[in-house]
Amino acid sequence: MKARIHVTLKNGVLDPQGKAIQHALSALGFGGVEDVRQGKYIELDLAETDPGKAQAAVEDMCKKLLSNTVIENYTIEIE
Amino acid sequence: MTPMKTAVVVFPASNCDRDMITALEKITGQKPHIIWHQDDDIPDVDMIALPGGFSFGDYLRCGAMAARSPVVRKVIEHADRGGHVIGVCNGFQVLTETGLLPGALMRNESLKFVCRDVHLKVENNDTPFTNAYEQGEVITIPVAHHDGNYFADPDTLTELEDEGRVVFRYVDKRGQAGANPNGSRNNIAGIINRRKNILGMMPHPERLIEDAQGGTDGLGFFKSMINALN
Amino acid sequence: MTWNNNVEITDALVREHGLSADEYALCLKILGRTPTLTELGIFSVMWSEHCSYKSSKKHLKTLPTKAPWVIHGPGENAGVIDIGDNQAIIFKMESHNHPSYIEPYQGAATGVGGILRDVFTMGARPIANMNALRFGSPDHPKTRHLLSGVVEGIGGYGNCVGVPTVGGETNFHASYDGNILVNAMNVGLADQDKIFLSAAAGIGNPVVYVGSKTGRDGIHGATMASAEFTEDTEEKRPTVQVGDPFTEKLLIEACLELMSTDMVVAIQDMGAAGLTSSSVEMASGGGVGFDFNLDMVPQREEGMTPYEMMLSESQERMLIVLKPGREGEAKAIFDKWDLDFAVIGKITDTGNLTLTFKGEVVADIPTQPLADNSPEYDRPWVRTEPKAPLGEVAAPADMKQALLDMIGSPHLCSRHWIWQQYDTQVMADTIQKPGGDAAVVRVHGTDKAIAITTDCTPRYCYADPVEGGKQAVAETWRNLTAVGALPLAITDCLNFGNPERPEIMGQFVGCIEGMREACEVLDYPVVSGNVSLYNETNGTGIHPTPAIGGVGLLQDSSIMVTIAPQAEGEILILIGETKGHLGASLYLEVMEGREEGTPPPVDLALEKKNGDFVRAQIEAGNIAACHDISDGGLYVALAEMAMASNMGMTVAIDGGNIPPHALAFGEDQARYILSVPKNGADTVLEMAQKAGVMAQTVGNTGGDALTLTGTAPISVAELLDVHRGWMPDYMSID
Repeated sequence: MKARIHVTLKNGVLDPQGKAIQHALSALGFGGVEDVRQGKYIELDLAETDPGKAQAAVEDMCKKLLSNTVIENYTIEIE
Repeated sequence: MTPMKTAVVVFPASNCDRDMITALEKITGQKPHIIWHQDDDIPDVDMIALPGGFSFGDYLRCGAMAARSPVVRKVIEHADRGGHVIGVCNGFQVLTETGLLPGALMRNESLKFVCRDVHLKVENNDTPFTNAYEQGEVITIPVAHHDGNYFADPDTLTELEDEGRVVFRYVDKRGQAGANPNGSRNNIAGIINRRKNILGMMPHPERLIEDAQGGTDGLGFFKSMINALN
Repeated sequence: MTWNNNVEITDALVREHGLSADEYALCLKILGRTPTLTELGIFSVMWSEHCSYKSSKKHLKTLPTKAPWVIHGPGENAGVIDIGDNQAIIFKMESHNHPSYIEPYQGAATGVGGILRDVFTMGARPIANMNALRFGSPDHPKTRHLLSGVVEGIGGYGNCVGVPTVGGETNFHASYDGNILVNAMNVGLADQDKIFLSAAAGIGNPVVYVGSKTGRDGIHGATMASAEFTEDTEEKRPTVQVGDPFTEKLLIEACLELMSTDMVVAIQDMGAAGLTSSSVEMASGGGVGFDFNLDMVPQREEGMTPYEMMLSESQERMLIVLKPGREGEAKAIFDKWDLDFAVIGKITDTGNLTLTFKGEVVADIPTQPLADNSPEYDRPWVRTEPKAPLGEVAAPADMKQALLDMIGSPHLCSRHWIWQQYDTQVMADTIQKPGGDAAVVRVHGTDKAIAITTDCTPRYCYADPVEGGKQAVAETWRNLTAVGALPLAITDCLNFGNPERPEIMGQFVGCIEGMREACEVLDYPVVSGNVSLYNETNGTGIHPTPAIGGVGLLQDSSIMVTIAPQAEGEILILIGETKGHLGASLYLEVMEGREEGTPPPVDLALEKKNGDFVRAQIEAGNIAACHDISDGGLYVALAEMAMASNMGMTVAIDGGNIPPHALAFGEDQARYILSVPKNGADTVLEMAQKAGVMAQTVGNTGGDALTLTGTAPISVAELLDVHRGWMPDYMSID
């Protein structure tokens, strides 16, 4: 099964890339973009077939490597 | 005087390892041990250095892969025994990723790599890494990084400040705030753990130890460790 | 899979592969039959301008390439020179212009990667990166984006592999609006008894592929680099390859580790035209054949065809011939560094490159004629019409403002915005950082140091290719001399427009003529280089740009000087004759928006005499600082020295009947400013007189303002403000 992981910066952590994108969007005339947060998207192909076990394994991966919980949040979709 | 025994950990894309080895050899008079990241044993030394570079390419986050490598577990054991550990640049990133030091190092505020000499204020000279400097001394050391923007939550920052664990801070040449190369919180350039045996810093003291390199302000950093040992 | 190697080779298909009717006829003659599709692809890339030098080689052959200190000249991956103590310096500069225009970050990054591989392929550890960059007018809408991406790409790659980028040059001119130039140079250090060449040898020896896997990157990149741009070229984006500096770093370490053993017979990087050019060069160079099983090539994508594998320009790959039976030991090294390692074939005595794929022979080409009988053109050319001499140039309203306008212009302003993005100090041997006349890196663990510079003045080359060619070589020689180094050899990166136009070919021939003369007189041979033609969009060519990378040696690095005076009260001595030549000058371009007149003539014998004198004075320890006078002339050089030392100077100079602005900003060649400790000035002047070198005291250092004849005093702080302001301001606008 597939795991789709989004890693984003926590609220309150400055996101210079996001700021730069917002700035560029407004320079291109896209008004009304109030905030931009940039993150990472990671896709895993898993041998596991049990969604619960997959979820738990991926949680562990996120905590141990894929995100830095000091500054980042993550969300996981298993399918 | 006891000669200081040192070791330098080398990851596949460490690239300041040679500079650190050269500096340590010059200052301690003996060649540091070189620890390849896959080595199981680490020698009995006084100080282990995690040098600058890109460890495993740093594609996920700087230092993230290195922090999970087996050799770093050995470095943690060395620190637990009270051994000294320094992390410079990428080494600092590895130390925060392992949790040995609090906080995280994020992309520079400018989003650009920055390589230049910066002025640092020695905020605490009562550490094994800074005792050869004067308290409040302003020294010049180069930085060269893309991700040196130190971040920690407000509670952690308060704790670091209150406990005197901010060791180096970016300042201008007169020692005043306002010359921060990367946007780090509280102008932090280097911090130490509570036990004072692990130090992480973005600037590169190993690059400024000879007049030919443009100055010798980095020497004090290494001399401090030799002092601490004796 | 529907791939068919035996498709009908139609005229249209031949044309699509960039081969002319004559070239295709030659291909048929070599093969004695119709080529397969894979073979057609191989001929196409091997005979592209980029790989075959078909328009340029007739003229390149006339350049001096020999000297007692030259170990390997052009023809190898990079030039090799002797620096004593069994050590050698290996260096080359190469263009990555077209890819950088299409995708500036990756184009520039892979340019750095490619030139690094050219150098470490020969057994050298890379010790310094340099570059020569040309962008369009600052007003052109793409310039910011291109400058930003190129600089970031160069830094991104060089910083990660841990090789310092120690300097370079950056110019802006509207002729580059549609064709920027990204020329990357690398310098490496090797032991003379550990230099590796590409000629394959030993029938039956294994041929090994190492590094990254092969994908569909950059297919036909070499052909793209040989075609003129049109409006729809930007559609070619997918052919740009992506660099992985992490893998490059591993490849450097793994290759150097392999080379420290005795297992390697020959080694070659896969650059432009990837597996094709590397294998053809290795086989033809050794007079042997290669038999490859393409099924063994490590592949990143599924369903790759032989055509794609042979033409892919995936980065960070090398081809190695090993001694027999050593595959296991070699593989262990690449396993340690986590890199692919595959034996893909062996050496044969057929002289052919024979490729098998899924049991079928898909190509079988004699390599010798493919490499050696490649087309060579004597393209028609016309000599560039001499420009009319420049008439009188009106004086500026205010000399002080003129100097500020000059040093704050895009052409002369500080490049610190660029340099700060490069790790200039990694390896801890950089002893002269960007901003001086030449960068200097120590030879690790010795007293020696290597000085490196890149230079070219395209507006001179455009006005008079012969003088421009001379000047480009002479300026690098002067820059090396100005830090105290003995100039040894050059690499050249010759960037021109469409060679099928006689006037462009005339520029090329003229520049080569000037370069040849300079190299001969200065005893300063060409040891490596690269040609980039077709830098042209919709019929408008770039200014002729023969970028020169010069390398020199300091036997004792402690004698090195910079452009920064060391103390107050030093005496400033001007070496060389000032005539106030404003033709083709930067003053004319910046202050009057004109590009007219003839460039300053280069008297090579005088260059040599003055330079040898200056170097001898530096070697004798008589000099505190030295700066050569080039773009912007005398006052700009003085201002640069004042800014470098953050100290003022007072200069009084009698120009006789030369108008003050011509005295200040004229670009007469063969000149230097020396800053000499007060008590040593008489000695230097005396020695100059003995040597027949024109030298005059023009002032002294001190104070915090620059006070020049005919110019109101300018504080150094104001100079710095103006000088450092332009580029950050320019780049901060989205």
